[in-house]
Amino acid sequence: MAAHLKKRVYEEFTKVVQQQHEDLTTKKLRLTKPSKSAALHVDLCKATSPADALQYLLQFARKPVEVESVEGVVRILLEHYYKENDASVRLKIASLLGLLSKTAGFSPDCIMDDAINTLQNEKSHQVLAQLLDTLLVIGTKLPENPSVRMRLVEVACKHLTDSSHGVRNKCLQLIGCLGPVEKGVAKEAESQAAKDVQKIIGDHFNDQDPRVRTAAIKAMLQLHERGLKLQQAIYGQACKLLADDYEQVRSAAVQLIWVLSQLYPESIVPIPSSNEEIRLVDDAFGKICHMVSDGSWVVRVQAAKLLGSMQQVSSHFLEQTLDKKLMSDLRRKRTAHERAKELYSSGEFSSGRKWGDDAPKEEIDTGAVNLIESGACGAFVHGLEDEMYEVRIAAVEALCMLAQSSPSFAEKCLDFLVDMFNDEIEEVRLQSIHTMRKISNNITLREDQLDTVLAVLEDSSRDIREALHELLCCTNVSTKEGIHLALVELLKNLTKYPTDRESIWKCLKFLGSRHPTLVLPLVPELLSTHPFFDTPEPDMDDPAYIAVLVLIFNAAKSCPTMPALFSDHTFRHYAYLRDSLSHLVPPLRLPGRKLVSSAVSPSITPHEDPSQQFLHQSLERVYNFQHLDPRGIQELLEFTIRDLQRLGELQSELAGMADFTATYLQCQLLLIKALQEKLWNVAAPLYLKQNALASAAAKQILEETYKMEFMYSGVESRQVVIIHHMRLQAKALQLIVTARTTRGVEPLFGMCEKFLQEVDSFQRCFISELPHMQGSFVDKLLDLMPRLVTSKPSEVVKILQTTLRQSTFLHLPLPEQLHRATANIIEPTGESDNPLRFTSGLVVALDVDATLEHVQDPQGTVKVQVLYPDGQAQLIHPKPADFRNPGPGRHRLITQVYLSHTAWTEPCQIEVRLLLAYNSNRSKASTRIPKSTWSESLEALPPSENGIEGTIPFSKPVKVYIMPKPARR
Amino acid sequence: VLCCRAGAGQDVGRSCILVSIAGKNVMLDCGMHMGYNDDRRFPDFSYITQNGRLTDFLDCVIISHFHLDHCGALPYFSEMVGYDGPIYMTHPTKAICPILLEDYRKITVDKKGETNFFTSQMIKDCMKKVVAVHLHQTVQVDEELEIKAYYAGHVLGAAMFQIKVGCESVVYTGDYNMTPDRHLGAAWIDKCRPDLLISESTYATTIRDSKRCRERDFLKKVHETVERGGKVLIPVFALGRAQELCILLETFWERMNLKAPIYFSTGLTEKANHYYKLFITWTNQKIRKTFVQRNMFEFKHIKAFDRAFADNPGPMVVFATPGMLHAGQSLQIFRKWAGNEKNMVIMPGYCVQGTVGHKILSGQRKLEMEGRQILEVKMQVEYMSFSAHADAKGIMQLIRQAEPRNVLLVHGEAKKMEFLKQKIEQEF
Repeated sequence: MAAHLKKRVYEEFTKVVQQQHEDLTTKKLRLTKPSKSAALHVDLCKATSPADALQYLLQFARKPVEVESVEGVVRILLEHYYKENDASVRLKIASLLGLLSKTAGFSPDCIMDDAINTLQNEKSHQVLAQLLDTLLVIGTKLPENPSVRMRLVEVACKHLTDSSHGVRNKCLQLIGCLGPVEKGVAKEAESQAAKDVQKIIGDHFNDQDPRVRTAAIKAMLQLHERGLKLQQAIYGQACKLLADDYEQVRSAAVQLIWVLSQLYPESIVPIPSSNEEIRLVDDAFGKICHMVSDGSWVVRVQAAKLLGSMQQVSSHFLEQTLDKKLMSDLRRKRTAHERAKELYSSGEFSSGRKWGDDAPKEEIDTGAVNLIESGACGAFVHGLEDEMYEVRIAAVEALCMLAQSSPSFAEKCLDFLVDMFNDEIEEVRLQSIHTMRKISNNITLREDQLDTVLAVLEDSSRDIREALHELLCCTNVSTKEGIHLALVELLKNLTKYPTDRESIWKCLKFLGSRHPTLVLPLVPELLSTHPFFDTPEPDMDDPAYIAVLVLIFNAAKSCPTMPALFSDHTFRHYAYLRDSLSHLVPPLRLPGRKLVSSAVSPSITPHEDPSQQFLHQSLERVYNFQHLDPRGIQELLEFTIRDLQRLGELQSELAGMADFTATYLQCQLLLIKALQEKLWNVAAPLYLKQNALASAAAKQILEETYKMEFMYSGVESRQVVIIHHMRLQAKALQLIVTARTTRGVEPLFGMCEKFLQEVDSFQRCFISELPHMQGSFVDKLLDLMPRLVTSKPSEVVKILQTTLRQSTFLHLPLPEQLHRATANIIEPTGESDNPLRFTSGLVVALDVDATLEHVQDPQGTVKVQVLYPDGQAQLIHPKPADFRNPGPGRHRLITQVYLSHTAWTEPCQIEVRLLLAYNSNRSKASTRIPKSTWSESLEALPPSENGIEGTIPFSKPVKVYIMPKPARR
Repeated sequence: VLCCRAGAGQDVGRSCILVSIAGKNVMLDCGMHMGYNDDRRFPDFSYITQNGRLTDFLDCVIISHFHLDHCGALPYFSEMVGYDGPIYMTHPTKAICPILLEDYRKITVDKKGETNFFTSQMIKDCMKKVVAVHLHQTVQVDEELEIKAYYAGHVLGAAMFQIKVGCESVVYTGDYNMTPDRHLGAAWIDKCRPDLLISESTYATTIRDSKRCRERDFLKKVHETVERGGKVLIPVFALGRAQELCILLETFWERMNLKAPIYFSTGLTEKANHYYKLFITWTNQKIRKTFVQRNMFEFKHIKAFDRAFADNPGPMVVFATPGMLHAGQSLQIFRKWAGNEKNMVIMPGYCVQGTVGHKILSGQRKLEMEGRQILEVKMQVEYMSFSAHADAKGIMQLIRQAEPRNVLLVHGEAKKMEFLKQKIEQEF
């Protein structure tokens, strides 16, 4: 705060200086107060022409004005306003008035009267409109003052008869924003005009200017948003507006009709040209459906979107939206969907299309055909076939929302959604797949539909395939052939795109567990077992075979008869997969086995997963090593680290946890190794080797601690303390090493001081955590602090060395969830032997496609690094729009990296990798601290202390073969 | 407004309409009939002039698009009958029209040996009289007469024209399509409230199914055959549907990462593709939006066809002209591939009776070729209709958009137009 204030003071000061300076140059002796109003007054008086005055006002508008001086400034502006003859200057003044009244903390009621007065004599329409805008601002700033608002509304009503559309526009806007909402207030109003705002606005629905008509509808909507219940009477008017010539009017009218349909869904309206009556919501639904085939795509998008939220509509109308009667030469024809359904129900499979397969059937009565339906007929059929993909997406969204609320509609719209899977634009395809997933509880896929769905599995876009896998996870399939088909297609997908492995396995897991009875008859075929002969044992590492097993084992979970069909090696494979892919293979109760799994399985809850138990046990063991000799400690640490790393590889959901702890133990191990007494006591000539080892260790520990802090999501403050503590130890080690190598005391002074400051800031940051750190390095250090501050560097180093060695190993508590940020570069694949050729000096764009997991705020932190063979490294910041978020915790980076280099004689490989940038300022530790307690001391800290920036490589590097050719002359 | 027809009033082909509007005479389209080979193939221009000079009588001529039944008689009309006034058409039409006319001239003169037909020079001279217009550009023909073009879909460069004299106006639609396809958008017109709307009505009594089903079926068929290792033959005409199907297959190949080659017969089609590349602003949203990265008509998977490729082993897809399998390259390839049941021929359009295309579509399995050879057709035969005319619903939609006071239906069969007439009267 102090700094902030200081800045303010400076600002003020500099302004004053400028002002005087200006005055000096113009050589007018006037001692100005540092007040804005005065300065402005001077400027405006100086202005000789309107253009000058305008310039001054523009300059003035660029600077902020303090709350205290606003009123003064307003007075001066008004004064000039009355004097000014030029309309453009008056316009600027009016807009400035509006801006000024927006100033926070300023109450504009004092200037309201003046503003209203100015309206009376104004002739220019533009200025008038601007003044009304100012009044609107004033009105919105005074929400608790109904009488003021009433006055403003009355003023606006008076100007509604103005001949300019701009003025009428603003008046309507003002009435919409400020018109009385509660009934009581309206009655109190003396003026007749202001009583019924709805009527006033409604009268302007028929204004001659389309802009005013739009403004009137918008004002009405504004009133609705503010809580006024609109009258049903305007429904008829709104319906007429749907046929307006201008798209913005139609667009607003559609909204208004939607609002009314939500307000009065059940009231009855007559159908024109007949005696029938229908519910208002149905009528409105029909009308909005009609707008889906409007001439303007903006209106179409709007109409399609709003359809989705009309859930009270009766099912009869809803189902009409998917209906389109086909005919050919006046004879009724069946749609392709109907034919497919019949074909399916008659048990006949795609017999190959014949000439005239779609031959028209019965004659249609010409009178019965209604080419333009007043109702909802075919609205979605049109919407889904629209030219603009925006409309198609909106229609798909609307379908989704309606289908979620109506199972029968969901069943009917399935055919259309499936068709959308072949849209030409990827976003539309993706959207329709997601939609299908959302409504999948309500539907069962027919075989021919499944066939179309599965055809999309070959799509080259990974997004689409993964969305489809997710869809398959939760669909219901009706027949065993369906399951077989799905499996076959998924396996095809697997061979074509091996990178989809995990996603396909996961998909099959759910497919199996959802349809155990359908999988059962397929088992012998899938495992290719034979009643008499032994078949060869399949290869256990084949991803396709694993996929089949995942399907079968998950089905077997709820189908106890299935294991009887397994052959011997299947059981063995089960045991293997249960261990290696435990997240995909469920525990099974197997007959005749040792019942290892069944004995354990009932008792274990998800929390006590054996692997998790293992993790905790091994950590337990490590933390109790205090009594071991140093050699034993080292060995134990090494073993544990190895175990943990292995565990991380096997169990993907524990990977974060295991890696995190392994890294921590690694740090500890490094520290212990570096501090081995033997080495520290050796003679001076051997220092060199020892020093190199220790400083390398210190450096590595520092790196690892940054990794621990920034690469894992879910790290809590308790872990952050430990990490920072480890970092402090590493810094201490660094200090000791430097002290031993450098001669002279001078550089040491600085280093010691810096280190002590760090200890100090550590204490301040983690004051609440200190009690948990009994016996640790920092605990002991803080006890010795008074001594350290006063002693010489050499002594400090000595103390540090002993404390470092005596301090105990801190227990690292594990958080609930811990995920390591990972990145996987899908493209470039790094397999190409064809060099990317380009002319040297020009750029070539390289497409980079990568998946990121558990990265928080990837837009800010993820960078792409390109390493050239000459050691030159280039860091590229991808655009924020290049990151997409397909699911929680997952991100996808699709970007282009520009490469360039001077000419080479032959092609060579460059390396592309992703980096995670960090900045210790953004660390969780510093954000946690309440600012007020230490804000003063913060300023004293050297900036480098809290701003260490760096990068962590977190993806495997990919090699790209490039060849910059020399330019041709 | 007075309107009379010189060509097609109630049948398809030979579109030629004369409109008199507030003292101005405008001729809309100048088409020829493909079915006749004598004088009847061209409109009867003597009816217009009554032995006067055409140039004196007509204020301008407007051509809606490049199909021969809309522009085929143009050189005959301007050079042989004699007309020197302005001819209006859109830029793509102006570019493609002479190619088609030249091709047509070659077939009639060089192959059939007819005389008394227009020459190449005449086509060139005729094109010099053409004034090209942009979409939504208001062109003042003279002080009173103005015309304006609207997008019509159908084929590249097809346009609807609004003709306005004083406060009277006429809209002529030409052929149009209200549903977008893979390469063109949908026709659009503003609420111009003309006194008369002259609309085509080819599909006056048809309401079509969603295009998606057809496209999906088509792709599935092709994909299955290619996966089986079979060859697919798609006989097409050089312009229009050919490009749509190319885009369809090209994007599908791209999406599905397929490797089988697609070939396109050389010659006219290649030239036409070039124009499609140039007039990208006339195509649909997807192509317009993505052409900065890549022009969709610069096909990655589609290559030019060579006669020798037909004997190559392995799967392939070939687009070959002409579309009805009655002669030329498509028939040659058909004869080579017909014997293998793995192969497939897909007919994307209508076939005239008597052509090979019509025979195989009606289920004939043994064909008699010239020289008394019998060709046994074992390959699969499929029919898919990809048509780019507005159906009954589309026509109604356009009428709703434009809100005309009167509607005149042309370019269709009398009985069908009668039905639509009733409907229009009933619903407006």
